[in-house]
Amino acid sequence: MAEEIKLMKGNEAIARAAIRYGVDGYFGYPITPQSEVLETLMAEMPWETTGMVVLQAESEVAAINMVYGGAGTGKRVMTSSSSPGVSLKQEGISYLAGAELPCLIVNVMRGGPGLGTIQPSQADYFQTVKGGGHGDYRLIALAPSSVQEMADFVGLGFELAFKYRNPAIILADGIVGQMMEKVVLPPFHPRRTEEEIIAECPWAVQGKKANRKPNIITSLELDPARMEENNIRFQAKYRQIEENEVRYEEFMCEDAEYLLIAFGSSARICQKAVELARAEGIKLGLLRPITLWPFPTKQIARYADQVKGMLSVELNAGQMVEDVRLAVECRVKVEHFGRLGGIVFTPNEVLDALKEKIIG
Amino acid sequence: MEINEIIKPENLVYEKPKLMNDNPMHYCPGCSHGVIHKLIAEVIAEMGMEDKTIGVSPVGCAVFAYNYIDIDWEEAAHGRAPAIATAIKRLNPSKMVFTYQGDGDLAAIGTAETIHAANRGENIVIIFVNNAIYGMTGGQMAPTTLVGMKTATCPYGRNVALNGYPLKISNLLAELEGTCLVTRQSVHNAAAVRKAKKMLRKAFENSMAGKGTSVVEFVSTCSSGWKMSPEQANKWMEENMFPFYPLGDLKNVE
Repeated sequence: MAEEIKLMKGNEAIARAAIRYGVDGYFGYPITPQSEVLETLMAEMPWETTGMVVLQAESEVAAINMVYGGAGTGKRVMTSSSSPGVSLKQEGISYLAGAELPCLIVNVMRGGPGLGTIQPSQADYFQTVKGGGHGDYRLIALAPSSVQEMADFVGLGFELAFKYRNPAIILADGIVGQMMEKVVLPPFHPRRTEEEIIAECPWAVQGKKANRKPNIITSLELDPARMEENNIRFQAKYRQIEENEVRYEEFMCEDAEYLLIAFGSSARICQKAVELARAEGIKLGLLRPITLWPFPTKQIARYADQVKGMLSVELNAGQMVEDVRLAVECRVKVEHFGRLGGIVFTPNEVLDALKEKIIG
Repeated sequence: MEINEIIKPENLVYEKPKLMNDNPMHYCPGCSHGVIHKLIAEVIAEMGMEDKTIGVSPVGCAVFAYNYIDIDWEEAAHGRAPAIATAIKRLNPSKMVFTYQGDGDLAAIGTAETIHAANRGENIVIIFVNNAIYGMTGGQMAPTTLVGMKTATCPYGRNVALNGYPLKISNLLAELEGTCLVTRQSVHNAAAVRKAKKMLRKAFENSMAGKGTSVVEFVSTCSSGWKMSPEQANKWMEENMFPFYPLGDLKNVE
């Protein structure tokens, strides 16, 4: 049977993919530009079909704690929000990481700081990959650049989250959330039964059975020696994720003399900039990190000896550029180009910035 | 009568609750938490729900409740227990779900989560231990601290002009359509313990019958925080707490 191609917004794709992937629960709070996720789920009424729970919480704080509650029972649970709302969720995200609970968080970024703007931005890169909440923890961060990836990363996010018992986040932006594109939704997966959850997640709180000790979901450990052990275990897990889960995409990099580094919707614009540059005879390539953490450090470092310069193109004042610079260890010039506050650059602006800052 | 005659099983009139383990409790002498824990353990076992119950412990003195009652637990961030319990129950409707929260957790930092879970009529039990003080952090003012009562952060007594009034949050919760039972109990003497246990069981039964949110407030002592002996604390509670937080049902929908 041919796959059914549909036209929809990125936010809608997230919601529909969640139902089809067999997600057990979604907890959200309205905020522009991601409200279509909750709206689509409420209109679809998946509790009537798959049994998925959908709830509009009283706040983003409550929503992320509902995710904590559900994730502790081994269920596939998720939330979505946009930048100011994701700031509110940081407490809960830190607790989820500390209790090693798998879940999926979606941030459809808008411009900040503060209430900022409802227009797209990529200024939550630091918040997502460097921490956000308190303590030494990491989120598995996926950056979609198309509506298709919005749909696909729901399943991938849950797969990685459960594989490593760690929260995963889809770091999207207002462009990918709001634009409409063709998408093939994932196939239907039934939700797991209680028996399947207990088999897959022996740590889950499902009621204490006579044959085991109580399961306790907590991030608390007052004995510093044991808390250090916990942290060492987390760090070992993070190193394993860095080793195994880096994802990225290359576009016209083979013979590139210059390289653009961009993620999410910026990468779509940069792809056009590469084509414009090539038409002028400039050998430009694009490397798109798909996982922002783990970051494709080694893959970018490989180009340090091949290209004459790199431009990190982001809808912010220069965040990912720091990781690009760390990757190449000063072996090649790395500059940043961005627009701020909800303004989106054009492919020509990117090309002009490359000429000005890198080619000279 | 020989001792061996007396200790026969048929003569057993009282025992340690089966779900309470042997971990030494960190609670201070005279604290109400231990008795309330015992009642919860008894009710869950008597209902035969030990393999279907999930507790949510708070931040506060009862943060380690999970160390004493052998059921499955989730430990919440400060104040967020009702949101956590909401999701546990909605995703697992066959389980019996309760939160255990102190006054700071439930009536200060977690006010929004408490009111909205109750207003949605979540089929959970909220156990609210009100000792009018922050015990875990060393005796600071709580939202329920009485006017004139001295704590580490109101050392000259709670002053209404500076700190506002003590919050009767159970009265507020009783006004919500989503609650089916809101009751104020105590464990300061044997009669009170028996009555409290009866209401606790009713609350748990309500949650499994899908009747909405049940709130059981325990007006409690904190002898350390109040800087009193356990005996003095019990007496002070009767004379000062009960007039402001009178015991009894605020709402009991049959």
